[in-house]
Amino acid sequence: MNETHFTKLKEIVGLYLPDDVSSDAIQLDSKFIDELNINSANLVDIVLDVEDAFDIILENEDMDGMQTISDALKIIEVKLNDK
Amino acid sequence: MDLDTIIKRLPYQDPFLFVDELMDISETGAQGTFQFKSDSAFYRGHFKEYPITPGVILTECCAQIGLVCLGIHLMDKLDVEQNKGQHQIAMSSTQMEFLKAVFPNETVRVVSEKEYFRFNKLKCRVKMYNAKDELVCRGVLSGMIILKSDGK
Repeated sequence: MNETHFTKLKEIVGLYLPDDVSSDAIQLDSKFIDELNINSANLVDIVLDVEDAFDIILENEDMDGMQTISDALKIIEVKLNDK
Repeated sequence: MDLDTIIKRLPYQDPFLFVDELMDISETGAQGTFQFKSDSAFYRGHFKEYPITPGVILTECCAQIGLVCLGIHLMDKLDVEQNKGQHQIAMSSTQMEFLKAVFPNETVRVVSEKEYFRFNKLKCRVKMYNAKDELVCRGVLSGMIILKSDGK
């Protein structure tokens, strides 16, 4: 896993966490919706921020496969390698 | 799809339909009008002896014209035939500022501009003007488009 990418992703996700979830809760296996309490509308904003931050374009299938933080990191890795 | 068909597809009816006429709809935005009838029930309570249209109702009017009508139009362009008309739009967030009161029988015009429509989320900037073309309220509304059959 790329530590820099993880840090960058944590910063983005942190902006959308509800008040009652601490940023320490963002771990590799954390589930966006079930564990971090991020709703599907905010998950879209996270994906759009990720696109900007990593300069990549994500597709609907990528979004469907993004259950956890580590899923997101894998998708980012693949997209960056494809560039 | 013509403008009247979009209004017919709206999932609202009296007393909760807040669109009279759509004037314009495109890939990038929508514009429409509504007149708040003085016999609407909410005027009896908002406020006691001093009827003013509640902010939530102004927000709803902005959302029906600016977000839902636009969403119906955008989905219709994308959809495969069997899904046409099978979507609902669930409002996911609102951020509004209210600048002027809207009194019974006033007609307002809502103008919405698409900020983005991606991953089934539609986000718009909306503005509402009164008959004197004064800005009544403005804000940012978002909604998620969902297929009627799946309730997610």
